[in-house]
Amino acid sequence: MPFFEGKNMTGGYGKGPDIINSCTVNVERGEIVSILGPNGAGKSTAMKAMLGLLNLKSGSVIIDGKDISKLSPQDRVKEGISFVPQTKNVFAGMTVEENLEMGAFLVNDYYKNVIDEIYNLFPILSEKRKQFVGELSGGQRQQVALGRALMIKPSVLMLDEPTAGVSPIVMDELFDHIIKVKKTNVAILMVEQNAKQALNISDRGYVLVTGENRYSGTGKELLNDPRVRSSFLGG
Amino acid sequence: MDFLNALILLLNYIFVPALAYGSQLAIGAIFVTLIYGILRFANFATGDMMSFGTMIAILFTWHFQSIGLTLGFLPTALLAIPFAILIMGSYMLIIDKFVFKYYRLNKSPPVQLAMVSIGVMFVTQAVVRIIIGPSDRRFFDGEKFLIKASEFKDITGLNEGLAIKSTQVITIVVTIILVSILFWFLNKTKTGKSMRAYSDNEDLALLSGIDPKKIVIITWMIAAILATIGGVLYGLDKSFKPFTYFNNMLPIFAAAIVGGIGNPFGAFLGGYVIAFSEILLTYAYKKFFMYVLPESMEPDGLIQLLSTDYKFAVSFSILVIVLLYRPSGIFKGKIL
Repeated sequence: MPFFEGKNMTGGYGKGPDIINSCTVNVERGEIVSILGPNGAGKSTAMKAMLGLLNLKSGSVIIDGKDISKLSPQDRVKEGISFVPQTKNVFAGMTVEENLEMGAFLVNDYYKNVIDEIYNLFPILSEKRKQFVGELSGGQRQQVALGRALMIKPSVLMLDEPTAGVSPIVMDELFDHIIKVKKTNVAILMVEQNAKQALNISDRGYVLVTGENRYSGTGKELLNDPRVRSSFLGG
Repeated sequence: MDFLNALILLLNYIFVPALAYGSQLAIGAIFVTLIYGILRFANFATGDMMSFGTMIAILFTWHFQSIGLTLGFLPTALLAIPFAILIMGSYMLIIDKFVFKYYRLNKSPPVQLAMVSIGVMFVTQAVVRIIIGPSDRRFFDGEKFLIKASEFKDITGLNEGLAIKSTQVITIVVTIILVSILFWFLNKTKTGKSMRAYSDNEDLALLSGIDPKKIVIITWMIAAILATIGGVLYGLDKSFKPFTYFNNMLPIFAAAIVGGIGNPFGAFLGGYVIAFSEILLTYAYKKFFMYVLPESMEPDGLIQLLSTDYKFAVSFSILVIVLLYRPSGIFKGKIL
């Protein structure tokens, strides 16, 4: 049984039409899984469903054998699921250190050593700890966003397009950081537009089309699959 | 000697009164800015909430006076403030529960909430008038002056006296203490930081596990403290009249917007910017020029830029200028 799984999820926003149809996504600890697909395929929606940001009509979300389909997003955070949204993923008017502290809001005991761990992971943040996040560069902001999400010591980290809008160099750097996080035995699930690069660092991937699983397999398999290549990876 | 007299004149009629008035506006402006930043609407009931809090404080003051309880040379109203804050806070939480909460949960646009707050304003205004009436009331007791103008003249031998009212000193001291505690709370405590986080990015605050219900309650409690203390200080220094409190909303909003709405420190300084502009522009400088200029150049008129009747025009003009040229305020707040 996979560590974190969304099983046969069907649902949409509010009373609107279903965006995902019987979609299944799972991830193990210490694994990076990417969700890919064309625009409007329901990639982000699938992820948000697993976080509890939309109500499922059917299907279930399970972490470590426990059904959390009915829990609110806040309660899922308490189960160790952390989420980095695509936009507005930092507190721009607060300092780097305060952002990390807010990430640890639910942690009641001593969390200063967790902050130090984050600084070890992202050394640049340590230098800029007293600076307002709104003044940092795009890549540094994404590191703050990752750091904030890691403060609860999550077992599952979900990333919604972590490299959207950053330069290719920064993108490589961010992927390196994501691999570092994976090595701390966290299950990482991400939605990515940069499909090739994402598959390169992913253990497995899912390709969604119109809200349904179309292809799935290891990163290499998908990269070499001619059908995936021709439709999503540009030949 | 003449130069000293001119200086004392400005201190007495401009600097000291503006500092006290500015402090009173600053407290109101922080109230506006906190509600705007955290609950995300312009609260038009600000002035009347302040008047409600002051009314409760006056009722307690009268009660304490009737049982012979006073604070000696300090005004009895200071003793009434904590009790007034409790009632004010309950009033705000009740209003929130029955009025604002519905619109907040429905994620109504801020304009709608602002309109709702106008309704709250009318109701609060009516409640105040029913309970205490619309007339002017003075509830100050204790020692009126710290330094009297005549005493100052006797000591220094100058022509001009510097009178410092005890209410002015109380206002400034209380403001410094209150604002320091508030900034310490917002910047150093976990709860305060979570309020700033909620104001900064609501969705991310929710994802971080910050409880919005708790934030709302704490915001209203702080608002109750600010409204009551700000209102009582103004009432002690001048007098309590519900209509004046309603009118004060304009300079208070101007202060909050000048400082950058949503930014408490900006609102604090904005209060002084508005107070000093109002008083500097409406003061008659004739006497000042009589001291500093030679007799041959003595001015004929009052040398008053604006009649005091137009003091609201000053805040209004500042408001318009700021919104036109720097809509985010002096210190960057949210853009309106």
